[in-house]
Amino acid sequence: MSSRHLAKEQPDSFAFSRQGEKKVKYWIAKYPKGKQRSAVIPMLWIAQKDHDGWIPEAAMRVIGDRLDMAYIRVMEVATFYTMFNLEPVGKHLIQVCGTTPCMLRGSGDLIKVCQSRIGSAGSVSADGNFSWMEVECLGACVNAPMVQISNSDGDLYYEDLGETSMNALLDELASGKAAMPGPRVTRDHSAPQGDVLTLVDKALYDGSRGKPLKSIPNAPAKPKAKTSKKPAAAKKAAPKRAAAKKAVAKPASDKPRLMKKARKGGPDDLKRISGVGPKIEGILHELGVFHYDQIAGWTKGQVDWADERLKFKGRIVREKWVAQAKKLAKEGGK
Amino acid sequence: MLADKDRIFTNLYGRHDWSLDAAKQRGAWNGTGDFLKLGPDWIVDQIKASGLRGRGGAGFPTGLKWSFMPKEVGARPHYLVVNADESEPGTCKDRDMMRHDPHLLIEGCLIASYAMRAHAAYIYLRGEYVFERDRLQAAIDEAYKAGLIGKNACGSGWDFDVFVHHGAGAYICGEETALLESLEGKKGQPRLKPPFPANAGLYGCPTTVNNVESIAVTPTILRRGAEWFSSFGRPGNVGTKVYCISGHVNNPCNVEEAMSIPLKELIETHAGGVRGGWENLKAIIPGGSSVPCLPRDICDSVLMDFDALKEHKSGLGTAGVIVMDQSTDMVRAITRLSYFYKHESCGQCTPCREGTGWMWRVLTRMCEGKAEMSEIDLLLDVSQQIEGHTICALGDAAAWPVQGLIRHFRHEIEDKIHSYRVGKAVHQVAAE
Repeated sequence: MSSRHLAKEQPDSFAFSRQGEKKVKYWIAKYPKGKQRSAVIPMLWIAQKDHDGWIPEAAMRVIGDRLDMAYIRVMEVATFYTMFNLEPVGKHLIQVCGTTPCMLRGSGDLIKVCQSRIGSAGSVSADGNFSWMEVECLGACVNAPMVQISNSDGDLYYEDLGETSMNALLDELASGKAAMPGPRVTRDHSAPQGDVLTLVDKALYDGSRGKPLKSIPNAPAKPKAKTSKKPAAAKKAAPKRAAAKKAVAKPASDKPRLMKKARKGGPDDLKRISGVGPKIEGILHELGVFHYDQIAGWTKGQVDWADERLKFKGRIVREKWVAQAKKLAKEGGK
Repeated sequence: MLADKDRIFTNLYGRHDWSLDAAKQRGAWNGTGDFLKLGPDWIVDQIKASGLRGRGGAGFPTGLKWSFMPKEVGARPHYLVVNADESEPGTCKDRDMMRHDPHLLIEGCLIASYAMRAHAAYIYLRGEYVFERDRLQAAIDEAYKAGLIGKNACGSGWDFDVFVHHGAGAYICGEETALLESLEGKKGQPRLKPPFPANAGLYGCPTTVNNVESIAVTPTILRRGAEWFSSFGRPGNVGTKVYCISGHVNNPCNVEEAMSIPLKELIETHAGGVRGGWENLKAIIPGGSSVPCLPRDICDSVLMDFDALKEHKSGLGTAGVIVMDQSTDMVRAITRLSYFYKHESCGQCTPCREGTGWMWRVLTRMCEGKAEMSEIDLLLDVSQQIEGHTICALGDAAAWPVQGLIRHFRHEIEDKIHSYRVGKAVHQVAAE
């Protein structure tokens, strides 16, 4: 456990910026009603961004009121999670990863640079521009050693550093230049340096993989359903081919008996057919299907016709709608 | 070497565009609607048949995990929660998937959620991945706009929402119940099990928590078939896997390879070999910091899979391979890990809260040799009293690296104690 405490000197009040307020609303809306408390971590993070990189106690109270949480619960969260800074930090907060994978590749050198240029861990440099701390694994181990720098540009990763490049990075920041994040050696992100061995096959990127699948592996065999589905799938990608196929597919399906509206006494409750929900019932009504006996009389071709329009490949056959409808029609509907 | 055509993450290195149109060109979102039409049970059966084991570290069969969810949705909604809290030292694979191939993850979320009858998924990213969070959100926005998720996702009739959530720097939130606590707005302290999340998870509702990689590979498994996936690796350890190779190698990198690839081949083919040659190798931690290290003679021939590494009292974990050459001070390397676990213990269970600190303090003394020989066995004994006596596996994870150190490199600790004594004795005589 890490032991963490609030700063001795605290501001009297805190309020979110206009930008921050917008973000707060966005985050709270993500969670189900009554579970707004879930937004506490994102809100603390926004508060930290709004308050020069650290969280005052007043912000915890504001958040507690906003989320209807006891203040102590907010404070528990703020002190538990180590990315929340409870004391003032420099304009650029340098977080040096010091865990073993980075240590093996020289994070100690980066720490020495920070010590000599900024001072002891946690202290803010005289000009207020820098502070640094050692943090635990930042999850960029193949780009070790690395640092994360939190400032007004965001929280970016600077990777594959060494003593020289770390010094150069600090110089860039000190001069107010935008420092390029990512690896400081020549490589593509996490790819190995040097010869490119993998992901070189051009066929991966020529669009051939985006063409509609010829078939789905291990799909249950339903030959009729397949021919009726294909044109729809192909239509988006290649209209010419779709037109050709449509002509082939058409004779397989034919239009069943449809009605403009339900008979007197209203439509049957089609939801009693297992596999039909309110949504599908709505589509059936739109098509002109209102009664069990309509469905009960469907031939194979008519089933395919309906299948195409429901966009639920094979469902009518799989759930035996026709047989179900026959039974329900016999029982007298409703 | 795994052929390029069999790689799932075709933009692992971000050499191509991550956005929707380019992702579609590479095969993402191809046929998704059709998979859903075949029904939840078909999807679960395919994942079961593929032999996919969870990629977050524990290696639990993914299809089986999904099948634990209730078959009918009752009064409580179902949730999918994706564990993107990647914090295991040595591991940085999920990061690449989220920033360079985010659509595979989003597509996987839809498929997995539909299979578990969930209308909502939360993706919990570690707080430090700010860039990845923004990128993922941008991809989600694209998918909504294209009708791939949201109301009637992919024309399936299924409504589905994805939300991004984030933590704020706590390793423990990678433990699934701590993650749920954190997602509910609390401290990340693991829950007692049972009840398991499939029964009472997020907000007390049926929930399944899966690693990013486990979810992101599912669309490709459905597209290419369960047999294709299970054709790589040994029985029980199948599929492809993204390995992270860090430490003392010439070219550290992430790479997707077949399961059960020999460790030596993995390092020599993709990472340019060990710095100074294979003979210069001292030890390798094969699966992220939580698993015990292996000395060179085992590394010569061991295969990278769950069962082979278990035989050598280590584990595949997250497949974060940390390589250490002869220049490494093993005691210091493991002590730094001990500090990590001390720092990250949530403080809930006494054996872990007190034990991790105790082990770190003893090891710190041992780094300089300031210890008694008998303390080596005492350290081993204490580590065994932490292991298995805590709510979650962080206690085990803290104990195993120490046990691995004593098992294979006991002589290094002894040498330190010995040389410290020698120096000290001379010094005392001279002072008198």
